[in-house]
Amino acid sequence: MQDPTKPVTTTEGVTPFVLSEKALAECRMIMERYPAEFSKSALIPILHVVQTDNDGWLSVAALNAVAELLKIQYIEVYEVVTFYSMFHLHPVGKHVLDVCRTVPCMLRGSDDIVAHVEKRLGIKAGQTTADGQFTLRTVECLGSCGGAPMLQCGANYHEHLTIEKVDELIEKFRTVPERSNYTDQ
Amino acid sequence: MSRKLLLEHIDKPEIRGLEGYRANGGYRSVEKSLKTMTPDEVLEEVKKSGLRGRGGAGFPAGMKWSFLAKPEGVPRYLVVNADESEPGTFKDRYLMEKIPHLLIEGIISSCFAMGANTSYIYIRGEYFYIARILEQAIAEAHAAGWLGKNIQGSGFDLDVFVHVGAGAYICGEETALLESLEGKRGNPRIKPPFPAVKGLWGRPTVVNNVETICAVVPIVNDGGEEYAKIGIGRSTGTKLISAGGHVNKPGVYEIELGIPVEEFLMSDEYCGGVSGGRPLKACIPGGSSVPILPAELLFRTAKFETRLMTYESLSDGGFQTGSMLGSGGFYVFNDTACIVRSTWNHSRFYHHESCGQCSPCREGTGWMEKILYRLEHGLARTDDIDLLWDVQRRIEGNTICPFGDAAAWPVAAAIRHFRDEFEYHATHPTKVKDPKHFEKEPFPRVERSYAG
Repeated sequence: MQDPTKPVTTTEGVTPFVLSEKALAECRMIMERYPAEFSKSALIPILHVVQTDNDGWLSVAALNAVAELLKIQYIEVYEVVTFYSMFHLHPVGKHVLDVCRTVPCMLRGSDDIVAHVEKRLGIKAGQTTADGQFTLRTVECLGSCGGAPMLQCGANYHEHLTIEKVDELIEKFRTVPERSNYTDQ
Repeated sequence: MSRKLLLEHIDKPEIRGLEGYRANGGYRSVEKSLKTMTPDEVLEEVKKSGLRGRGGAGFPAGMKWSFLAKPEGVPRYLVVNADESEPGTFKDRYLMEKIPHLLIEGIISSCFAMGANTSYIYIRGEYFYIARILEQAIAEAHAAGWLGKNIQGSGFDLDVFVHVGAGAYICGEETALLESLEGKRGNPRIKPPFPAVKGLWGRPTVVNNVETICAVVPIVNDGGEEYAKIGIGRSTGTKLISAGGHVNKPGVYEIELGIPVEEFLMSDEYCGGVSGGRPLKACIPGGSSVPILPAELLFRTAKFETRLMTYESLSDGGFQTGSMLGSGGFYVFNDTACIVRSTWNHSRFYHHESCGQCSPCREGTGWMEKILYRLEHGLARTDDIDLLWDVQRRIEGNTICPFGDAAAWPVAAAIRHFRDEFEYHATHPTKVKDPKHFEKEPFPRVERSYAG
């Protein structure tokens, strides 16, 4: 796997990527929201659709497909995906646990939550479990300070966390075979 | 009991759908503005209301709208800033999740006043589920003739689109937001030109916060003068305050601007006091970017006047003894909190979120984080505090957007008011190596006198 943060001069050897019909239709719908000459505006919303379509992460081939769809240079896509924290440039677990660690959450015990999840899953923040079930990340303020401490998984905010609640959540996620996608309705 | 202009119906479950929203008086302001007023009359009401931008800067909304350039044949845009990312702030999420139609209603009258036929709601990527709620509400409004061509037979056309970001605090800065909306990295632009002249795709654009646009609804309904009767001086109307940290009742509260800070923190109607029944240590009243206030400056100003929840009163005393209302992200520290640890946390946040365009900010935020890490983990010397002060003062004012200031101010204020705690960290390395040092044994803080 090539590292997308490194310069890419060829797509040779990269797993080919084909966007599903459904995702392609959604991308085209998104593009209609902007004047035709400014269709690059659709880039970020489209990357979300493609990320969901590609098992939750963006491969070089997927990024190149987006560039071709929007008729822009590859670099214009790479420079954007490396700027925003929601885009994953490496494969991630089925359930990505984003635990907020900024001050309002810290004051209400987010450090303990992170430490507990790390111990429970046997990984450090930023890592994925060997079985590919979970990725744990610490993230900056998610706008849920009133529900602190909290974590986001897929589209859902889980607030007012306690150690017990986190344990319950993890057990529940283990029984969910589908990927937790934040783009889900 | 404070008057509620935005949250009056928030507890009614039916308010999220169009039908329930209509039944509670929703879209009245659109009927009034589109059918009985001219665009300039709407603008005039907003000016009269004294409404100030609710995103943090507090710039008068009516004035911002009146700067909008109107060249012939060039489309204009209203971009709603729903990128809410200021630590401590969660009011816009609450509004959009619970009453999505209020925002749409505000957008219609605002766009009518500006002569804009397209509006984008730029919402932070993590709020994806709220983008879905908004999209559904927009579809409902379309179907009922509140959006689209010839709204309610008025001849006014408007389309509203939701645009999701992807996780970047800087995109809350209006020009970074526009860059991001154009499909680029969120690097703020040099001003001038201001967005009102060259904004989205180089066209005239107004960028307003969600709460600001929602406030246009009661202003159109009841008139700008009625709105301006609430509040004190140049702080008119109501404001949503997000309360968090060490308070008994975290949540979003709508206050009439002008109530005492003490009432907001201590009364059961709002925060319900400091959590754990512990002594108050400090408070950040307007989101992470504003200066922290020590307990002795929170309820009273340095002049011993009652500190009020207004733009003016919270900033009374300047940065020496005041702070700012900012975005209304109000979070409280009791005596178990460590100011060095929270300042380190803030600096890590700003380092992570700096877009990297300007060297003082890109490098300075990293330096501040490193020095604060050393202090918090018992690895620093006392003169590192002076080094930290030196770094922060070289960032402020030396960057193209206010992010640099926002990163420097919290550090400056923490050192200004809590220097003894920073020194304690340098001189008691073994004590502070335990991350919960002050939870077990609060720092013996000596109240300071700021008089004179």
